[in-house]
Amino acid sequence: MTKPVFEVENLSLHYLTRFGSKVHAVTDVSFTMQQGEILGIAGESGCGKSTLVNGLMGLFIPPLHPTAGDVKVAGESLMNRSEKEIRKNVLSRKVSMIPQGAFNALNPTRRVKDIAADVIAAHEGGSDTTATYARLMERFQLFFGKDTARVLNSFPIQLTAGERQRSVIGISTLLNPQMVIADEPTSALDVSTQKVVIKMIFDLLDAGIFNSMIFITHELPLLRHVADNIAIMYAGEFVEKGTAEQIVFDPRHPYTKALMGAMLSAEPGQKDRKPVAIEGAPPSLAKEIQGCRFAARCPVARPECSQKKQEIRMHADRLVRCDYAE
Amino acid sequence: MPNETPIFSAKNVVRTFGSGKKLVTAVDDVSFDIADGEIVSIVGGSGCGKSVLAKIMLGLYEPSKGSFQYEGHKITNQKDHWDEVQFIFQDPFSCFNQFFTIRSQLEAAFKIKKEKLTPQQISDRVDAGLMAVNVAPKDIEGKYPFELSGGQMQRMLLARIFALRPKVLIADEPTSMVDACVRANILDYLMKLKEELQMTIIFVTHDIGLAYYVSDRLFIMHEGKIVDQGKPDDVILKPTSPVTVQLLEDIPEIHKEWIKR
Repeated sequence: MTKPVFEVENLSLHYLTRFGSKVHAVTDVSFTMQQGEILGIAGESGCGKSTLVNGLMGLFIPPLHPTAGDVKVAGESLMNRSEKEIRKNVLSRKVSMIPQGAFNALNPTRRVKDIAADVIAAHEGGSDTTATYARLMERFQLFFGKDTARVLNSFPIQLTAGERQRSVIGISTLLNPQMVIADEPTSALDVSTQKVVIKMIFDLLDAGIFNSMIFITHELPLLRHVADNIAIMYAGEFVEKGTAEQIVFDPRHPYTKALMGAMLSAEPGQKDRKPVAIEGAPPSLAKEIQGCRFAARCPVARPECSQKKQEIRMHADRLVRCDYAE
Repeated sequence: MPNETPIFSAKNVVRTFGSGKKLVTAVDDVSFDIADGEIVSIVGGSGCGKSVLAKIMLGLYEPSKGSFQYEGHKITNQKDHWDEVQFIFQDPFSCFNQFFTIRSQLEAAFKIKKEKLTPQQISDRVDAGLMAVNVAPKDIEGKYPFELSGGQMQRMLLARIFALRPKVLIADEPTSMVDACVRANILDYLMKLKEELQMTIIFVTHDIGLAYYVSDRLFIMHEGKIVDQGKPDDVILKPTSPVTVQLLEDIPEIHKEWIKR
């Protein structure tokens, strides 16, 4: 048994509001990842996906605070460390994040090559620009081919959305991180560009630039193609975790089923299966929640569900947070 | 009552930007008729010209060449046009002013109407609009746009349409900023608009799957041209253009091979 590359134990995170109350955005998340694993995390907007990302990088910028738990990258804990130290020693090298909005992630007044050179300078020092540019050319060649020089010499505004997102991914993975966390990297792109970007991520994986990844999105069909394992998140908790096939083809938790039911498809014969929206809204995380968090929206809820707290546990072949899952 | 004159009629419409070497043709020789009460989807990738076409329909751009008519006449006065033709855009936050309450903005929308209503009537219409999207009017009382989530704000835009009851709705990527659950929800409301108010809806999207569910007719756009059109089933099952085939292939479907590592 090899050592896991990423371990998360009972991680809970909260935001401290200016009135002194807490919003528990992430509750009791645990998982481990092996070298080479791709874990997909899916859930609706506001379920705590992006908050979890910050926690997984050990980046606790107030008002976000850790409540409990531990995050370890290759055995090294990321908790209780200063933001400055995390930025210098952990980000980009050990854990690197691919943000969602490529346009906001790139400084509009600088060329792509200078933005990338800054990352190298900040982590490795040195000011030999010629050597740095040569290194960038070599790396970006992997996914831009003959366009490499043009992209590197461009300002972000001169690039298409897909090129910008690919540049961001290139910059995020410059220092060969052990782990990459991609937070909705393709949500702002159209389907064809999305495919190009995913293809690039696969190329980087194949080239061994990085080999473990957490991929966050709300598109379950996409995860089926990208991820090995999928965790479904609802109101700050994992409600189900299994292999991509199990989750997509045989969901067990009522929320996972509802999510799958809301998916669209242009596949032949799928038109009769109308997407069903999930009615209602997730519970407020500012208050203590008793019982199952999905109870109020659950189509198969029982009277006791609103009172009885559900634990996530093995259910046949995967983890489910519902005692009544079939 | 469906009438005979098409709602929109485009003949060889061309729209270009810039001039000389920098000339960009966004919409290139497009012709179509859209009948009353139809839901037509315009599908295409980024930069195919679909949003420019939507803006021509809204009267925000004039065609550079060709003729574009709304109910048999040219769009001359934008304000008159917007009395009957309304829109939903991609980003609901940029559609609302952050400094005013949502309710005051929904009520202010009635200023565009030629039909003058009393404040009480306007208030009732706004209430009805909110109810139509399953939001209790008291829930947004005194609330500002930044206090709501993206999905809720997108619903506010829909509430505005339910309240104003325009003849034609142009929805430009209304679902691209929301997650899958809210997307199904917005789709339901679009269908409701058609069923209850017999609205003509032009639905602009890059998601052919979405278009497949809602529309009576599909236009596939690529590089400014309409390359494929017809009933959703015909376009999807018997695509005649390589662009349509490509668009269908690019969607990650659960039962189909996509890209492999």
